[in-house]
Amino acid sequence: MTTAHGCAAPDYDSVDEGTELPQIDIRIRRADLVRYSGASGDFNVIHWNERAARAAGLPDVIAHGMLTMAITARIVTDWVGDPGAVAEYAVRFSRPVIVPDDEDGAEIVITARVAKKLPDHRVRVDIVARCGADKVLSMARAFVVLP
Amino acid sequence: MSLDPSFIGRTYPAVAVYEVGREKIREFADAIGDPNPVYRDRDVARSAGHLDVIAPPTFPIVITARIAEQVIFDPDLGLDYTRVVHGQQRFVVTRPMRAGDRLTGVLTVDNIQAAAGNDLISTRVDVTTEDGEQVVTAYSMLVARGTSGVSSK
Repeated sequence: MTTAHGCAAPDYDSVDEGTELPQIDIRIRRADLVRYSGASGDFNVIHWNERAARAAGLPDVIAHGMLTMAITARIVTDWVGDPGAVAEYAVRFSRPVIVPDDEDGAEIVITARVAKKLPDHRVRVDIVARCGADKVLSMARAFVVLP
Repeated sequence: MSLDPSFIGRTYPAVAVYEVGREKIREFADAIGDPNPVYRDRDVARSAGHLDVIAPPTFPIVITARIAEQVIFDPDLGLDYTRVVHGQQRFVVTRPMRAGDRLTGVLTVDNIQAAAGNDLISTRVDVTTEDGEQVVTAYSMLVARGTSGVSSK
């Protein structure tokens, strides 16, 4: 199976601790928040209504943490090709992703590396997601089973 | 107003079955902007060893968030949902969710605490098929910002 990058999927023996995964950059705009609200069923007003977001003490509308978590997972699933290889995925939402009402929205820059090779063809991948200067996810890690 | 700590350890019985639809998976994959064919094309999914199209790793939240509402929206808990942001999330996957799965879940309140003026609630949802096959466990921590120790009027 080839990955979204067109490269052969990694196998356990060919990866080392420290192996970097191909970086991905993903832009989130207001329309993406509306679409994710509908698809996920999370209609919390802070994700689509500026007035409500400000009343809740936020600077502006923020992205759903779960949307940030979902797009961040792609650095791993694009790499392995089969998302069914993800055995565990965990994040802390350290800073909100503020999504202004303009064409640029917010850009998430995602990097990751193989942090540990574990028994049974499992690896731990440590992931960093940034928006501007903010680390928006911390302690983001996935346990993946490689062929 | 702080959260009622007597909720710690409470378990809520299995909810009505949720059937995972192929088009729901596609809609979710579209919404997260992920073009992976394993979410859309049954033949591709089968060649990867799955019985049908599978769902993205964070898709279980569609089911587990609804199950967690049993406690989150319980007025006796005292959570001000307008102040809530997501603190942490973890999925432990026995196997990926796939189209046709008929799922239910048991909700447990793992912890409630106050920290730095915020109220924190940690929940766990164990998702199984209606036949009892373990599928995924979702651990969530929600934060109500600035609500702890503030008297309610």
